[in-house]
Amino acid sequence: MDLDFSDDQKQLRDQIRRFLTDRCPSTAVRAILEGPEPYDRALYQGLAEMGLLGAAIPEAYGGVGLGHLELCVLAEELGRADAPVPVSSSIYLAAEFLLAAGSEAQKQAWLPKLASGEAVGTFAFAERPGRVTEAAIRARVEGGRLSGQKIPVPDGDSADIAIVAARSGGEVGLFLVELDGTGVTREAVETIDPTRSHARITFDGAPAEPLGASRGWEVIERVLDRAAVLIAFEQVGGADRALEMARDYALDRMAFGRQLGSFQAIKHMLADMYVSATLARSNAYYGAWALSTGAAELPVAAATARVSATQAFQHCAKNNIQVHGGMGFTWAFDCHLYYRRSNLLALALGSLSTWEDLLIERMRRQNEPAAA
Amino acid sequence: MNFDDTPEEAAFRAKVRAWIDANSPKHLEPELRTAGFGFRGITTEDPMAASKAWQKKKYDAGYGVPHWPKEYGGGGFSPIERVIWSQEEGPFAALNNPFTIGFGMCGPTMMAWATEEQKRERLPKLASGEEIWCQLFSEPAGGSDLAGLRTRAEKAKDGSGDWIVNGQKIWTSGAHHSDWGLLITRTDPDRPKHKGLTMFFLSMKTPGVEIRPIKQANGEAHFNEVYFTDVRIPDAQRLGAVNQGWEVSLTTLMNERLSIGSSMPTGFPELLGYCMQIEIDGRPAVDDPMVRSKLAGFAVKASGLKYTGMRSISALSKGQTPGPENSIGKLVGGSAMQELAMFALDLMGQGGVLRGADQTEADSRFQNMLLRTPAARIEGGSDEILRNIIGERVLGLPGDIRVDKNVPFKDIPTKGRG
Repeated sequence: MDLDFSDDQKQLRDQIRRFLTDRCPSTAVRAILEGPEPYDRALYQGLAEMGLLGAAIPEAYGGVGLGHLELCVLAEELGRADAPVPVSSSIYLAAEFLLAAGSEAQKQAWLPKLASGEAVGTFAFAERPGRVTEAAIRARVEGGRLSGQKIPVPDGDSADIAIVAARSGGEVGLFLVELDGTGVTREAVETIDPTRSHARITFDGAPAEPLGASRGWEVIERVLDRAAVLIAFEQVGGADRALEMARDYALDRMAFGRQLGSFQAIKHMLADMYVSATLARSNAYYGAWALSTGAAELPVAAATARVSATQAFQHCAKNNIQVHGGMGFTWAFDCHLYYRRSNLLALALGSLSTWEDLLIERMRRQNEPAAA
Repeated sequence: MNFDDTPEEAAFRAKVRAWIDANSPKHLEPELRTAGFGFRGITTEDPMAASKAWQKKKYDAGYGVPHWPKEYGGGGFSPIERVIWSQEEGPFAALNNPFTIGFGMCGPTMMAWATEEQKRERLPKLASGEEIWCQLFSEPAGGSDLAGLRTRAEKAKDGSGDWIVNGQKIWTSGAHHSDWGLLITRTDPDRPKHKGLTMFFLSMKTPGVEIRPIKQANGEAHFNEVYFTDVRIPDAQRLGAVNQGWEVSLTTLMNERLSIGSSMPTGFPELLGYCMQIEIDGRPAVDDPMVRSKLAGFAVKASGLKYTGMRSISALSKGQTPGPENSIGKLVGGSAMQELAMFALDLMGQGGVLRGADQTEADSRFQNMLLRTPAARIEGGSDEILRNIIGERVLGLPGDIRVDKNVPFKDIPTKGRG
């Protein structure tokens, strides 16, 4: 048994961590938080040049064909660094949709550009507040033209293409839409975490190509499960960093003549953060195993990883502020960057309650023959 | 990332699986399989006889204590083989309960500190299940604060070199079944608390040893008070130097934490099964969104513990030392089981109060769990001590400020109010 990353993957992690320490300090995150740019283009280009964006894209489509475990390694480091880049939209989602359902021509046209960072893709799913179910999709495609509104679309203001969930002939299908084309209007929207930009996109007769010929909703569920494992790694990385920040502050800060971390109220809070971060990491490894081996358990493993990682990142990020006291609530300290990101990621790909529901529904299906 | 055995591990697994299949007490399996936390023991035959019979069979085949060296009656297994053994032993491992303190703590302490002759005399009998051991550590005045113990050992005035012990121990698991005990005492109250302790082992049949079962809050009696009145122990049964007892006790406590592979139960599979049976308003409870949310919370704890254990096993499999991640097991499992039991009863409505003959749910398992779990959060290191350990040893936070350090033990205050 080896529920761990290989030595090569650990070396890759160290390499990515050094790169992000150098190129993505919190000043770089703040430049996106406070500035007009939707994401850190230089950083994104750097990741592309290291071959990281194409880690799980086959060489035939311009990737490096390593695999999804390498993508998990990347995801954890991006989460740790709070990196302001569209990797999740373009790689975990758009590229995975193309690989799962795209036609040969669509893959040839777009995967090399996504791998090189020359183009950015995204997935346009939600249309209004509330859980996105099959019935909740109102956008429609008729005669190859898409109409409707999607909000919020992660990276929708800067992406070149979107995979759009839309209704066609009564069923939900997937469509590839070029966002610079006719019939598309988009604007950035204000969110709880401006380091990851989001947009409102209005489609009014935009040209839309069907993505392959598969049944849309099944592909959506499959790709969301895969992306859920990767997002879980971003959350695990973020949780670890928030815990480290809190631990460091508890060691450095003096109060009542002693180190803050010597008070049990603080020590026990940090111990509980370690517990949730550890559970989340172990569950994420289970997800990574299922993702990389194509195991039949992936739906359960993905939901497990996702629920656990959401809990851990929110827990660590909010208590990191608590340990820092008043300083933790200042704009100048980095605590809020992780608090924002933890709450943004908690809602990406469906909220915690959605994944809790999916997890138990799937476990119940697994258990049904045994219980009968 | 894989869950596969190496070829050597697979061969070992096949060998022990075949042996267990051919030799285990199969007729007890149904009863052992439904054993949840708070299980009241098998009822179809005498539980101690069943435990001793299984242990003797394993010992005779060379599987007595998997991780001990062969010369003392062990199996000489590597750490990963030990894990494979415990996975394969499965439900029959519940029969090992009377021996776990002896195998896990007393035995390893003897191995580290007893003479060769003592080891060869005592350890094989422990490994075969012939003799049961207990650990006489906690006292009314010292549980979490173990070094606050007050049981005195003084040199006999007759010049024999023997020690005379007076005092009281408490929370001694299985003392009433035990033949031998590992005993920590205070030998010098003029020294600071950790520096005046001495460790012994003794026969529980020694005159002056009196064992009184403690009726627990759940009505069972697995723990005992043990009183010592002028108990005479030969100096040859001292482990380590006089006043070196704290160091000796650390051997025991470190072994307690090395029990990797003995995964902490959470009760989750039982709860999921139950939620598929019981109904809310004509629908299975598992269809209710509130129930699902609660179940998901328990599910990810159970799964997180399982895969945390597997990460430690992975390290062992590669010949590495596992990281500190396994220290979370009991802290997570203890409180999860307690909350889970409360939730299961909640689903039963007022019927949740029923236990015994009127409780239709298998053997009142959630009721038993509810009544047993308060102890899970205290025994073997309370939740608070475990959080201190994680905070200080894993995260590197400073220890609490101590008012009892470097003070002669006799000068440490013992009264709270009044």
